[in-house]
Amino acid sequence: MNDVVCFEGVSQRFGPVAALSDLDLELKAGQLSALLGPNGAGKTTAIDLMLGLSQPTSGTVRVLGADPRKPSTRSGIGAMLQDINVPAGLSVRELVGLYAALYPQPMTVGKALSLAGLTEQARQRVSGLSGGQKRRLSFALAVVGQPRLLLLDEPTAAMDVQGRAAFWQGIAELREAGCTVLLTTHMLEEVDRAADRVIVLNKGKVVADGTPNSVRERVGLSRVRFVSTLSAAQLHALPGAETLDIGQAGQASFSTRTPETLVRAALSAAPELSNLEVTRASLEDAFLSLTNDQLPAPAAAVSA
Amino acid sequence: MTTSSVPATARPAVSPLRPFLALARAEVVRLLRNRAYLIPALMLPMLFFALWGLPNASGKLSGVNAGQYMLVSYAAYSLITTAMYGFGVAVASERSSGWWRQLRIAPVSPVAVFGAKITASLVMGLLSFSALCLFAGLVGHVWLSAPLFLSVLFRLLLGMVPFALLGLALGLLVGPDAAGGVANLISLPMLFASGIFIPLEVAPDFVKTIAPYLPAYHYGQLGWSALGAVQGAEWVHWAWLAGYSAAFLLIARWAAGRAETRR
Repeated sequence: MNDVVCFEGVSQRFGPVAALSDLDLELKAGQLSALLGPNGAGKTTAIDLMLGLSQPTSGTVRVLGADPRKPSTRSGIGAMLQDINVPAGLSVRELVGLYAALYPQPMTVGKALSLAGLTEQARQRVSGLSGGQKRRLSFALAVVGQPRLLLLDEPTAAMDVQGRAAFWQGIAELREAGCTVLLTTHMLEEVDRAADRVIVLNKGKVVADGTPNSVRERVGLSRVRFVSTLSAAQLHALPGAETLDIGQAGQASFSTRTPETLVRAALSAAPELSNLEVTRASLEDAFLSLTNDQLPAPAAAVSA
Repeated sequence: MTTSSVPATARPAVSPLRPFLALARAEVVRLLRNRAYLIPALMLPMLFFALWGLPNASGKLSGVNAGQYMLVSYAAYSLITTAMYGFGVAVASERSSGWWRQLRIAPVSPVAVFGAKITASLVMGLLSFSALCLFAGLVGHVWLSAPLFLSVLFRLLLGMVPFALLGLALGLLVGPDAAGGVANLISLPMLFASGIFIPLEVAPDFVKTIAPYLPAYHYGQLGWSALGAVQGAEWVHWAWLAGYSAAFLLIARWAAGRAETRR
């Protein structure tokens, strides 16, 4: 019983819609996991269940070994929700201090502000913060209770480059202290760099689960880029392409499972082609392939 | 800071007092900083008293000093609006904002959250009643003795409950954007028809007929009965207010459930 989060056969229905169906999921202590999926895949539903904001239609949800609907469990969880409308009239320091008073063993307000990169804004009224600063305030609220589990829903949306850097610095410090982190995001490059584990949800089911590398490999996609004089119709006719982006000046970019076949066909159709580049697909390519219902599901990715 | 492995037992919940005090303090601070709300809320009752109360301050109304009678009237008006807007409508609109979700995920009981809001409304009620009494005394030489002040204050603060619940129910029913307007639409005619803006003695007959069915009428009666202006049993008025409280609470709960399923 060392799992920080444990879902067993969890289903959640909203009327006729199944947001999650028969989901099993465990998060190990100290891991940083990314929960990915297109909009409506069930990410926010899963996070709401971990926060005790809702109850599953069937199955059990345990967080830190207990029911997250109990206040004593929630004292070990911190979360960054998607949109917080903070009450006007308080300063950043006052609001974070207020939230700290709700937890049994909070960190100091100064520490939370410094983790969130908000030290300079401490005396500013919360209503005057920019969009990115509000996300950082939300991060400060998430960490000030000194949680063992941190749930972050779209943490870096609306943050600028400095904000994002400060955020990841803060995450690194919390992880050193043993904090388990689960985040949802659309910034797949960040995930590729920072996550120990990627869980891809689609239509309420886990379609892939593993390290960023293993998820990419399981999908087995490569990216092929070149410049040629081929027309759009000719490019589309090349064998083995899963997706195709046509750029300026004859640039083409494919994702494919069979790069050799595609390159061979391309070279025979356009011997003059140049700037040929074959790379392993990015996590984003893998993600699109896993969650695109138009494409046949890659057989290897079903095991999870 | 403690490290890694997850202990099997969760940390203890906070004692409810610390979050309650922090939340109540924050509510009062926000209230005092919100001048756009605070200044009209304190000034309007004084203005009404100056316009209608002072010119008649030496006369008699319902057998008691008219100045004191109208001081209680405008205090009742002030506390009814504080309860409806400062508590009811504000809670309903904050509830739909992300802040309440943020509070729900913290290990704090809803009792502490609501208790803080109620405390802030009581502080605001105390503040506006005291300011109005001071104004009436200094400007119009209309003073309430200390026991009278306390007696009126107690009745008017306790009697705020149904109006707070009415504001809450309205806010939940029509949503935060429309709540203020709808609350106005209901509270202003109710205040006119209950003898609070215009003494019932000079009101038209149909107003005299409907007044005894309105919560603000019974609220006013409780205030004036502290002055000795009302004959008859006081508990009847408390019973009406309790009945209205129960009705508004049921409506608010129903509306809250409806809002929850629509999310």
